[in-house]
Amino acid sequence: MARPRPEPMQVVKQRRDAALKALVEGVPYIRFLNISFDRRGDELTSVLNFDEKLIGNPFLPAIHGGVTAAFLEVTAVITLSWEHLFPRIESGEIDAEDIISDHNIRFPKTIDFTVDYLRSGLPRDAYARAFISRAGRRYASVRVEAWQDNHAKLFAQATGHFLMPQEPSAKG
Amino acid sequence: MVDKTVLARQFIEAIPHARALGLTLTHIGEGEAEITMPYNADLIGDPRTGVIHGGAVSASLDTCCGAAVMSHPAAPGGTATIDLRIDYMRAATPGQTITTRATCYHITRNVAFVRATAMDDDQDRPVATASGAFTVEGK
Repeated sequence: MARPRPEPMQVVKQRRDAALKALVEGVPYIRFLNISFDRRGDELTSVLNFDEKLIGNPFLPAIHGGVTAAFLEVTAVITLSWEHLFPRIESGEIDAEDIISDHNIRFPKTIDFTVDYLRSGLPRDAYARAFISRAGRRYASVRVEAWQDNHAKLFAQATGHFLMPQEPSAKG
Repeated sequence: MVDKTVLARQFIEAIPHARALGLTLTHIGEGEAEITMPYNADLIGDPRTGVIHGGAVSASLDTCCGAAVMSHPAAPGGTATIDLRIDYMRAATPGQTITTRATCYHITRNVAFVRATAMDDDQDRPVATASGAFTVEGK
């Protein structure tokens, strides 16, 4: 039997990018920190776009440790949400516009988050990628790595646990 | 000692990100610090509920822990976070100020150990707690 004809690339790209954009741009705090996401297939890299207001130590200067923690946590939550919603985005069950307005679509909740500060964050853009160590029905465990100029020299890493959104029961 | 408290207050309030979050140092001294963060729509993490993003709470806790270390009588100068663990107990109530309190409960020549809590108006149920290790740096 012949396989179904693949969708045109632009249709696939447009659907995925619109969904990711809705997910990220719907969150005021992500806009406040000016974090954006690069997508290659299903793989996400977050970018912390540098701004003076992210500085924590004006004498070095260095990025605020709390900003680093927040950047890693945002990366973990968005990556986890993306992986969680991806099959329903691909099947067309979820439309980009629904992601922020639909009350049945919820973000995973952070249970705990531990950040290791390996180097001071330089006053320039930073990048991060989250790796889902385990995604269960209720709990997920995520590791995040962040770097700046040199990917091999991480400036921070984190691990966290998350409570996954529960599907509304059939009873409603 | 008074000089150091004034210095610490000025230092915290000179931090660009502390200003961006609207942080105010309400108490500092003897290894303890208290910081408030007013509710701000820019810091919302879930637009469906209006709840403040955990990251903003983390930033407030981290700042408060650093301030507690710097105010400790045995700390000669600055500090930087080595690691910080945050436990999130519940969502902060939308519209309420978040108050973080940190205690530097042990300090060596090189490392300071700190615990902190974040509360909203309900003083019986913490929003989040933190524990971390910080560097002890010379003047």
